[in-house]
Amino acid sequence: MNIVKSMAAAAALSVAAVGANAATLDDVKEKGFVQCGVDGGLPGFSAPDDSGQMRGIDADVCYAVAAAVFGDSSKAKFTPLTAKERFTALSSGEIDVLSRNTTHTLHRDSALGINFTYYNYIDGQGFMVKKNLGVTSAKELDGAAVCVQQGTTTELNLADFFRANGMEFTPVGYDTSVQTREGFDGGSCDVLTSDKSQLAAIRTELKDPDGAAILPETISKEPLGPVVRQGDDQWFNIVKWVLYALINADEMGITSANVDEMKDSGNPAIARIMGTEGEMGKDIGLSADWAYNAIKQVGNYDEIYQRNVAPLGLAREGSVNALWTEGGVLYAPPVR
Amino acid sequence: MNAAFTHKPAPDRPPPRISVGAVGWMRDNLFSSWMNTALTIVAVYILITLIPPFVQWALLDANWGGRDRSICDANKDGACWTFIKVRFLQIMFGLYYGANPDQVWRPVLAFALLIALAIPLFVESFPYKRYVSIGLLVVFPFVGYGLIHGQWFGLPVAETSQWGGFMLTFVLASVGIVCALPIGILLALGRRSNMPLVRTLSVSYIEFWRGTPLITILFMASVMLPLFFPAEVDFDKVARAMIGIALFQSAYTAEAIRGGLQAMPRGQFEGADAMGLKYWQSMRLIILPQALKISIPGIVNSFIELFKDTSLVAIIGLLDLLNMAQTASRSIEWKGYDIEAYLFAALLFWICCYGMSRYSQALERKLDTGHKH
Repeated sequence: MNIVKSMAAAAALSVAAVGANAATLDDVKEKGFVQCGVDGGLPGFSAPDDSGQMRGIDADVCYAVAAAVFGDSSKAKFTPLTAKERFTALSSGEIDVLSRNTTHTLHRDSALGINFTYYNYIDGQGFMVKKNLGVTSAKELDGAAVCVQQGTTTELNLADFFRANGMEFTPVGYDTSVQTREGFDGGSCDVLTSDKSQLAAIRTELKDPDGAAILPETISKEPLGPVVRQGDDQWFNIVKWVLYALINADEMGITSANVDEMKDSGNPAIARIMGTEGEMGKDIGLSADWAYNAIKQVGNYDEIYQRNVAPLGLAREGSVNALWTEGGVLYAPPVR
Repeated sequence: MNAAFTHKPAPDRPPPRISVGAVGWMRDNLFSSWMNTALTIVAVYILITLIPPFVQWALLDANWGGRDRSICDANKDGACWTFIKVRFLQIMFGLYYGANPDQVWRPVLAFALLIALAIPLFVESFPYKRYVSIGLLVVFPFVGYGLIHGQWFGLPVAETSQWGGFMLTFVLASVGIVCALPIGILLALGRRSNMPLVRTLSVSYIEFWRGTPLITILFMASVMLPLFFPAEVDFDKVARAMIGIALFQSAYTAEAIRGGLQAMPRGQFEGADAMGLKYWQSMRLIILPQALKISIPGIVNSFIELFKDTSLVAIIGLLDLLNMAQTASRSIEWKGYDIEAYLFAALLFWICCYGMSRYSQALERKLDTGHKH
């Protein structure tokens, strides 16, 4: 009898332990902040500003999640992570959300025990050339010397692209992006390849920015977005829907400036986001004004983009990161 | 004594004018052969071409004022120290204290306490060294941690993941050094022990850690270790790095000390035995004081290396002095001013390493008893 009892108790305990392990939301609420893994040194995505606050499009996802959960965007804490340790940090529970310009791929999604929510920035690899080469398309780069950062997927994509198009190239490898830029600037190569979000920034740092042009081709898909641990659907939904809410707000014209007026809007779609209609907050386990808080304190997707990414020289208009209604691919499901 | 017979040597004639004073010194040191003359001319030429432009750039034309980059962009010929000024707290104390300037007194106070406790140890005549040492090695780590990390005494928490800059470099290096010395002494003695088990363990430990690059150890500590613990056990990343560095450094210190032990003449060991001293007594009273003295250059050398090696923690995402300066120089606000950031970091590293080197030389002179083995 006693044995049965203690076994039952042990079973209950282990179930409880698993439960505690899985419920990230309860965990987060108990400790009082969202722990967020970021790059910490990538301007525009996540980097400390002069006053030491983490700024960038990746950091803002965390501020928005904190605003949705606590009604206070300042309840986000950041852990700078390297590319290699980011997934370990997530699966070991060191962080609650990984928002570190992480590309969504099949392998990562399936084999690493993590889930990708949605995308806050869609990147892709491109080429920058010296204008005096007279090249206008990547297809004309046969025989070129290409400056590339070693040990990255960039290098692999480069080789894939040239092989697929039956062209030859000479790789000129560097360890850091700064060295790559200097190599290109010093004439070690005709072409520099990197993610397009980086190319624009690199171009502004060249000695003669006007002498270089970014080619139109994008040779890889790099959808970047926040990632959570597998096996906690509630937390997965929260992070995903916070991001969706920011994009929906952009689509409906709700901004941090007009969000209070929008609260009284007669439009039912807006009212559902604001939490004045329906029980959307309750459905995902948050308060009714979860999206209101996120938009009010962090801004909608466009505000976040214009604040962080636009200063890098990456216009949103006409890019893939525009809304689906404006020629881009950002498409958030309805809040209802 | 008859004064008349006292021999009075004629006063020395002054040396030829050409071999004394500045001219003489230059002849001896700079132009003693045609080879040295050529080298001197080349060196002077290099200094003349390098130093004035550098001084012009770094000091005379430099920008010091303002709070943003507009002033630096307007005057591109000079260094932009405004950048270092604005980001100073971040580069010195890391993310948390950079964002909370009102809390900076905590690491500053901890550092001041450390200095206040350490100074008496350097004063020859100070009588209470034993108590101060205990305070420094046993009490201070807790007080320092409490101050910098917070939580105790109701201070706001500064998580270790938010530590950084010079403070992190200093903490990692000093923890490594303080832990490595005692462990290293034990390992060095263990390696020369007559007991096979102790010897084997010490040798395997030393060879294992010496055979592994620090970068690998840090990487394992940061990426592999968490996988072996359940998710609830959140083993701090800075602590992991500290343990890795201490284990690694103790192996090197052990070898430096073993060098000192081996340089001791047999007579010292035999003399200690002949006096009937037990093993630990003879080690403590006779062997180690001499062996450590001989090992000072080697030990300090490895400590200086460690101080600089702490920058490797960048690969596990910790923002030490170098990495923090680099991050600051890549920000949108200050993009393009990396030279200033690197120079500032290099200056701090140089001050610390040069200080350690000078201290070790002073220590050698102080402990020098004349007989070099």
